[in-house]
Formats: sequence, C-alpha cells, structure tokens
Amino acid sequence: MRSEGHRILARWLGLVLLILLWTQSAFAHPQKGEAVGFLTGFRHPISGLDHVLAMIAVGLWGAQLGNPAIWLLPVAFPMVMAIGGMLGLMGIPLPFTEYGIALSAIMLGTAVLFEIRPPLTVAAVLVSCFAIFHGHAHGTELPPGESALLYSVGFVIATGCLHALGIGIGTVHRWRWGQKFLRGAGGLVAIGGAFFLWKAFA
Amino acid sequence: MNSARRSWLPIHAFVVFSFLMYASPAEAHLNATGMGPLYDGLLHFLMSPEDLIPVLALALLAGLRGGAYGRRALFTILGAWLIGGLVGIGSATKDGNPFVSAAWFLLLGGLLASDAKLSLCVMTALAASLGLYNGYLNGTGMGQFSTASVALLGLVFAVFVLVALAAALVITLRVQWTQIVVRVAGSWIAASGLLMLGWAVRTR
Repeated sequence: MRSEGHRILARWLGLVLLILLWTQSAFAHPQKGEAVGFLTGFRHPISGLDHVLAMIAVGLWGAQLGNPAIWLLPVAFPMVMAIGGMLGLMGIPLPFTEYGIALSAIMLGTAVLFEIRPPLTVAAVLVSCFAIFHGHAHGTELPPGESALLYSVGFVIATGCLHALGIGIGTVHRWRWGQKFLRGAGGLVAIGGAFFLWKAFA
Repeated sequence: MNSARRSWLPIHAFVVFSFLMYASPAEAHLNATGMGPLYDGLLHFLMSPEDLIPVLALALLAGLRGGAYGRRALFTILGAWLIGGLVGIGSATKDGNPFVSAAWFLLLGGLLASDAKLSLCVMTALAASLGLYNGYLNGTGMGQFSTASVALLGLVFAVFVLVALAAALVITLRVQWTQIVVRVAGSWIAASGLLMLGWAVRTR
C-alpha cells in the first residue's frame, strides 16, 4: 500500500518536473527583466562543470554518510556559499578561488571514492569551507542590471537542485553494486577536479 | 431498461437548454464587474517575490510549530497588513529598503531552517511586524490610484489564502523527511537573503 503510494507520488513528481523543465519563461511581471534575473541566477551554478561536480559530490557524500549528514551537508553548503557570494558581491577579495573550487571537487570526490566517514562536524566544516570559494566565484561574476532578489533565489534553488540530484543518485548506496557505483562516481569527480586544478595552474 | 433511459434524454436536454437560455451575461470582463483592482492587488502579491517569500517563510514556520501558531500568524498578519496598507495609502510613494528586505529573508529563513522554538508572543510579533511593514509599502505604492483600497483588499485576500494553505500543509506533515524539506526551504530563503544583503551593499 505504502509502496503503491510512493509510486504514485514519484509519477506525479516526475510529471511536475517534466513540465517545469519544458516551460518557457513567462515574462508576466510588469517589471522588465525579473524573469531573466531568475533564469540567469538559476543557470549560473549549472553553467560551470567544476561547480556542478562539487555540488553533486556534496549530495553523493551526504547520501553515503546517511542521516543526518544527508540533509545537513546540503543545507550547510548553500548557506555558507551565500556568505561567500555576499563577500564577492561586496567586493571583498578571496585569494585562490579557482584553486579552491578545483580542490573542493578533488577532496569531495576522494571522500566519496574512499567512503571516508569523518565526524559530522568535520564533514560540515569541510563542505562549508569549500562552499565559500564557490559562492565567492559566483558573487564576483554576477551580471549587472538583474533583479537581485530573483537572481539570488534562482541561484540558491539551482544549487539545492544539484545537491538533490547528488542525493538522488546517492540513494543507490543501499545496494552493493550501488556502493561501487558511487565510489566510481566519486573517482570521476576527483579526476574532474584534478583537471580543473591543472587548468587553473596552466 | 435502455428505452426507459432514452426516454429521459429529451427532457434532460430540454432542461439543460432552458438553463442555457436563461443564463445571464457572464460579465467576465473586469471593466464590467469592477473587479479589476481586486485582481490587481491579488496578483501583485502573488507576483512579487519580495512580499511572497517572507510571508511563505512565516507560514511554514508557524505550521512547523502547530495549529495555534498557524491560526495566530494567519489572523495577525492579515490585520497588520490591512492596517499597514491603509496607513500607507495616504502616504507618499516609498520604495522598500533593500537591507530590510534582505533582513526579513535572513530572519525568517534562518528561524525556519533552525526550526526555532518560538513562543506564541514572538510569532505574533513577527507576523505583526511583517504585515505592517509590507502592508505599508504596498499601500504607498497603491496610493496614486483611486481604487487602492479595493486592490489592498485583493492583496490581503491573497496573503490570507497563502498563509492558510502553507501553514495547514505543514501542520499535516507527519513524516520526518517532509519536515526536513520545509527546513531546507528555510535555509534556501536565508541563503537568498544573504545574497540580497551583498547585492544591497554593492549597489548602495
């Protein structure tokens, strides 16, 4: 009965997601550019592969670590990332941002690869430290003339969706093959991070 | 049996046809009904994220705390918004302070994310302050129109529906992960507030 309910819920969610992905921007508000502000903000975190890898890795790692890390890490990341974004917006410089982003993918990918299980506080602090770099990079790259509110909302929602995607993939952890798959995915994230680190140095 | 059913068909068709003939004009156009400003106010709230999101956060927060909090938040914010709006209608047009808007996002989002155990008095104060502040700003924006009070009524109606539905939805949540989803939404609202704060400093 319960699994039947879950199946129906999953179908509905799938349908809603499909519709959401297909929709065009409405431009319904009289204030020009607001919908564009949301879409610009939404696209920003998913437009760079280095960001995408790290954020999905946060979700994967959370899923590996289980409760409460599965929801604590994805909550901590956007919050601290927003602090980094705020610093970037204020024009406060942060050195080695690109290296920090690449390192975050390497470290988080490695953590997933070896299924490292540190205390929850350590995991949260590690994720938060990297989130600062990601947020700062986004903050300094914000285009002028957008709606600040909608840009911020779109930006945070996209980040949360990437974490949710990681957690969704991470649910395969309950199976033996899934655990191997996740570790493989972590390895790929780490390799991607190494590539971006090399690019940052080049 | 079938023929008996068939025999009723013309009568049913006649009744339906009669109703159609008796139907009065729909007067669906807003010019004819005078409902334009009401819908303007209603849609203004639903399409203004700077109003909508803090109210949503307050409703979710009240819902997490239970029915008594939900009811208190619902009626307090309603009254405060109306009072603030009526005061604002007579005042000069004024834009909201971006720092205050960001602070609302931060405060309510943070409280929701941390599932803060607020007292009923604090919840009432939050609802009243949010309603007065946003209502006043809405009122000043509407002041130039003669139909402002009707628009304000539509706006308050939208606030009522949103708070009632959102708080009621959260109250019914029993499974733990669904409550966590609500708190995650709070963290997103707070994060948006932080970014808005940075933006406000940048464009100051």
